[in-house]
Amino acid sequence: MSTSETAGSMSPDLEARVREARDALDAHTVEIVQWHFNPETGCPFWLQKAAELKFDPRKEIECFDDLNKFEPFQDEWLRGGPVRRWVPKAYADRPIYVFETGGTTGVPKSRVAMDDFRTDYELFSATLPDESFPPGSNWLMLGPSGPRRLRLAVEHLCQFRGGVCFCVDLDPRWVIKLIKKGWLEHLEAYKKHVIDQALTVLGAGHDIRCLFTTPKLLESLALALEDRDSSIADAGITGIFSGGTEFTPQWTRFAMEELLDERVYMTPTYGNTLMGLACSKPVTPNDGYKIAYYAPQPRAVIEVVDIDDYSQAVGYGETGRVKLTTLTKEFFVPGFMERDEGEREPPYEKYPWDGVSGVRPFREMAEATTVGVY
Amino acid sequence: MLKIPIIRWGKPYDSLEVDDVVHFETGEPIAQVSQANGGILQRDMRKAQRARDVLREIPSDELIQRIKKAADYYLEAELPLGDGRQTPDDFARQQSATTGLPEHMCRANMQKNHFVLTRMDEVLDALTRGLDLSILSRGYGVEQRGIVVSYQAQAPCLGLVLPSNSPGVHTLWLPVIPLQLGLVLKPGPQEPWTPYRMAAAFVEAGIPAEAISIYPGGGDVGAAVLASCQRSMIFGGEATVERYKGDPRVQVHGPGFSKILLGDDVVDDWPQYLDLMVDSVHLNSGRGCINCSGIWASRHTREIAAAIAECIGPVEALPPDDPQASLAAFTVPGMAKAIWGAIEADLRDDQTTHVTEQYGPRLVDKERCGYLRPTVVHCTSPEAPIARKEYMFPFVSVVECPQDQMLSAIGPTLVCTAITGNEKLQQELSDATHIDRLNIGPLPTTQLNWLQPHEGNIIDFLFRARAYQLPPERMAQLAQAVSS
Repeated sequence: MSTSETAGSMSPDLEARVREARDALDAHTVEIVQWHFNPETGCPFWLQKAAELKFDPRKEIECFDDLNKFEPFQDEWLRGGPVRRWVPKAYADRPIYVFETGGTTGVPKSRVAMDDFRTDYELFSATLPDESFPPGSNWLMLGPSGPRRLRLAVEHLCQFRGGVCFCVDLDPRWVIKLIKKGWLEHLEAYKKHVIDQALTVLGAGHDIRCLFTTPKLLESLALALEDRDSSIADAGITGIFSGGTEFTPQWTRFAMEELLDERVYMTPTYGNTLMGLACSKPVTPNDGYKIAYYAPQPRAVIEVVDIDDYSQAVGYGETGRVKLTTLTKEFFVPGFMERDEGEREPPYEKYPWDGVSGVRPFREMAEATTVGVY
Repeated sequence: MLKIPIIRWGKPYDSLEVDDVVHFETGEPIAQVSQANGGILQRDMRKAQRARDVLREIPSDELIQRIKKAADYYLEAELPLGDGRQTPDDFARQQSATTGLPEHMCRANMQKNHFVLTRMDEVLDALTRGLDLSILSRGYGVEQRGIVVSYQAQAPCLGLVLPSNSPGVHTLWLPVIPLQLGLVLKPGPQEPWTPYRMAAAFVEAGIPAEAISIYPGGGDVGAAVLASCQRSMIFGGEATVERYKGDPRVQVHGPGFSKILLGDDVVDDWPQYLDLMVDSVHLNSGRGCINCSGIWASRHTREIAAAIAECIGPVEALPPDDPQASLAAFTVPGMAKAIWGAIEADLRDDQTTHVTEQYGPRLVDKERCGYLRPTVVHCTSPEAPIARKEYMFPFVSVVECPQDQMLSAIGPTLVCTAITGNEKLQQELSDATHIDRLNIGPLPTTQLNWLQPHEGNIIDFLFRARAYQLPPERMAQLAQAVSS
């Protein structure tokens, strides 16, 4: 990512904000690298890695771009234990969570966390409009649970906003297994089982106004409500925060126009256990329902990079692979190559740094990956 | 470039997601087709009853007349298509450009559809066994012989998950509109042309547009058709057949494994049937499920294989606009090569001989597509791995098999042409439940009589006969209404 490259005609004010954000990112990067490679505070994994590196991160990482000196982060490093090798020494006495991703077959990837999920979702909370997500209102969490971070994170978001969160279990690993085995009747039955529970909770007089769910479950829930001559809006939902699987502009338009009848606010998000949560620029018909995500910089950074050279960002509007970097005191992941591709989006007033739009499975991996299933 | 929308009960809907349908050889974009998502279809199916209701406002006889008019529009008229218009020549060129089928075959398929549409009254009369269509419309009535009958529609519309590679299948759904049921069509990705043109012709002829929906899209849309429609047809391979076998809501059309059996009483005269065998294998580029993929006889099989190979082995892959072209291209990159790889693996079996080998390589691998030239193999036993294979090009196994073992060895067979005067064998063939269409005598497997059912009678699939009892006085009224 280069600061000298600009996105067409940026106003002087925006240019200044972009520079400011970049300076903050550079300073934050240095602080986080110092923390993770300091024997007093860093985690065993990175301290051991430092010994294998041909450079001293504490001396040679002076800005965000210097993170390219690290080899690309291997997701295999996150599989298997001991889990405490990821716990920074400074936090060794704190209660530790472990969140997992993948894991349908074999050892899942895991990451440790203490407060990051709370911090991420409190920051996200500030982006939610109060009229659609009324403070104090109750939530329904209808999405992947179990060892995922999402369940605790959404519950915290709800509690942070003063509400009580109802949850329905969903095991995405079982869903993927059903698809791979071709047990489509079981898949339908499991989906119905999940949706039935959601309908029960929504109809139980808990005054639920806000919902987290995935695109596929939102569609199923809306259709199930329509079968009962109701709708998401009629069920009392005013705001939906959705994520977990791929969003397309067409699906978003369909959801807004037909499932939500333009009466319910929906904000698509992009994220994962490693990075946290990227918010979307407001999605509007005028913009062709384009969904552009912006990472919560400087705690996490999204880059869209050349598929042949992961250290080079593509031009604005061009397609590349999504590269994530996590920069918190709990967890340091430089240059994790996501299984997604998309188009690089320019900074704008609210998020004066790069974003990504059109996120979809990375073409070289798409055939081998089961995505968007729940 | 043409922009083709989704059709939601007659109303065009431009999706934000489009699929570029391109020329199979040049990659030139031909049309941009809006892509639906499963949810759109599921929501629209809530209004499916409306399709049946609007069609029931028009008597079946009148619908048949309109369908006949539509036949001529389909064959001859310039019709609206998306944001443009389409002449019959455009249609043939476009269909050929995206499916790989030679243009003259596309035109021949238009004639076939036209033929069925113009004889719709005869087709329905045959398929319903002469039933007054108003009985299907109302759900009950009295037959000419004075018996109360009831046929209840099992769905307000028929869903179809159509293929890309075989435009011939469209004749199967043409009787649906005059039966006063709506149509929910999911075209094959490379063959949006027939569903859209047929729908345009229907509407032009006065069929209510709100009775027809067309949802181009991916696998989720196909799944939504099957999940949302109470009756649907799907076309696919063996895996698809296996998946939906026994599901009363789904009529599945897969490979045909169609065959010609030569009885011991006629096999010595095999040269007399050579043209019939060649046509059955080669016509329409061997793509249809009704094309013959197996010729079984107890003797002379090597000579038969050699004679067929001599006729079709030299056939070359010609450009799609060449009137002499008889081979369709495989438009999915790598497919022709993969099929040839599978055939080569089977040819290693020592019971199998590749008889067309002397006519040069079969695989013609091009940058964006591939062709497979006609292939004839000889098997000394039904146990040869390739003996019962079917591929979507002119391919045939000539199998040596004693007559008394044929029926148990041939496996599922969509069209069986049995050339024999042996009455015992004829009776066994008539009783064989693994044979669908049976031709007794020298008829090519590709010669379909449209008055006969195909892989199940569509009337039985869409309507259920049930008891319907009336007091004598009401029955007398009905009987009187029929006789008057």
